[in-house]
Amino acid sequence: MSNMITWVPACKLEDIEQEGAIRFDHAGRTYAVYRGPDDSVYCTAGLCTHEAIHLADGLVMDFEVECPKHSGAFDYRTGEALRLPACENLKTYPAEIVDGEVRVALG
Amino acid sequence: MDGIVIIGAGESGTRAAFALRETGFSGSVTLVGAEPHLPYERPPLSKPLDGAVQMKPICRGDALESVGIDYLQGVSALRIDADARSVALSDGRTLAYDKLLLATGARPRRLNCPGAERALDFRTYADAAAIFARAEAGKMVAIIGGGLIGLELAAVLRGKGIAVSVIEMAPKPLGRAVPPRFATRLHARHQDEGVVFHLGQSIAEITDDAIVLADGIAVPADIVVAAIGVQPDIALAEAAGLATGNGILTDGHLRTSDPNIYAAGDCAAVAQPGGGHVRFESWRNARSQAETAARNLAGGKETLMAIPWFWSDQYDLGLQVAGLPHPDHQSVTRRLDGGELEFYLDGGRLVAAAGLGLGNSLAKDIKLAEMLIAAGVSPDPAALADTSVNLKALLKSARAA
Repeated sequence: MSNMITWVPACKLEDIEQEGAIRFDHAGRTYAVYRGPDDSVYCTAGLCTHEAIHLADGLVMDFEVECPKHSGAFDYRTGEALRLPACENLKTYPAEIVDGEVRVALG
Repeated sequence: MDGIVIIGAGESGTRAAFALRETGFSGSVTLVGAEPHLPYERPPLSKPLDGAVQMKPICRGDALESVGIDYLQGVSALRIDADARSVALSDGRTLAYDKLLLATGARPRRLNCPGAERALDFRTYADAAAIFARAEAGKMVAIIGGGLIGLELAAVLRGKGIAVSVIEMAPKPLGRAVPPRFATRLHARHQDEGVVFHLGQSIAEITDDAIVLADGIAVPADIVVAAIGVQPDIALAEAAGLATGNGILTDGHLRTSDPNIYAAGDCAAVAQPGGGHVRFESWRNARSQAETAARNLAGGKETLMAIPWFWSDQYDLGLQVAGLPHPDHQSVTRRLDGGELEFYLDGGRLVAAAGLGLGNSLAKDIKLAEMLIAAGVSPDPAALADTSVNLKALLKSARAA
């Protein structure tokens, strides 16, 4: 079943500040869902790859999220680690807006 | 080409070693560390997982190897010969250098009362392991010193159901680095959690089962921890004839009084634009000074620009402070859902900010405040207090101006 994409409703678009992120928990895992400056949406694993700190508490500027504790940074569109101490990329998941609702593909 | 030698393999020395490679330095890099481990992060030491102390290496051993950093583990530096540009090591070797970085850190201040040897330090992995191996429910722990380290430890121990007393010489805890508003809140939270404070008290004696205070009160204790601050480790620098004070004195480029020797991290007292030298003890500072020092060791002429910043986690509360708040500053409070922010203005200009809230909930606001500080803005105090004014919007308009 791993090749089946399951879309999961995460929140309403308006629940996320523009250039912001919220935490989304599903099936025992935690994610961060982002709304970019252009109202596009993205989803990544919730925890920083350096230490288990939730990225939804971090500052979102443009398409970058910064870990609230150690200032490691990621491009949340691609998961690419941009700044130390983060050096491992972040896992990303497809996200889309349907009728004002953000849904993410976690399969 | 003898390359660069770094003495001290804590956060600062290790970061400098990697930063030298990132900046393109291709000569030899030798990192000398006295502890018998790979370089490790200190902040996790006060946050044991399932009762066990965390050993979180800063990097993997093969990461050091892959960029060509020669790591000398469990080796200490005995002497610097600044004229000959060499360092004598505890393993009998002498290393020659072109440039030397001192990242010797700091060591715990020691008590000098009778029985002081019964108090445990809280600085290294070995210190933390010794404390947490003995700290179990039902035990009584007395912490001498009501600063950040002492109170972080108190919070962790209360979480394990251990009775905790804190003894502090000053009339209030957290007086040194934490703005009074948040020091008061954290103090109250510790009292709510059952920590017993003995304030304005000095210590007469430490016995096998108690701390005897100057006024004669005996505070029962199975374990005594001394957390009364640290002293910069300047012995090597002093013996080598470098200028020292409260730390190894450097200019704004982190260069010591010897042009071939730099200093970074807890041991470095850096010249300030307004005069005097300041030493910062924090994880971020250790890293940002290391990065500046590395680029200058490799031939750069960069001035340290980083704004001081630290965090402290106690119970479910997170404190973050950016810049150096001072009682003379005008303070402006912004109340938020999860906590409070306080901004500090000096002659109208934003110079510092602090926040206390649930977990990391205020981190992004402090980060924005830090960027506003760096931008040199003089915001309207009413806007800073007004939660409907977005800090990010303030920053963007400041940058556009």
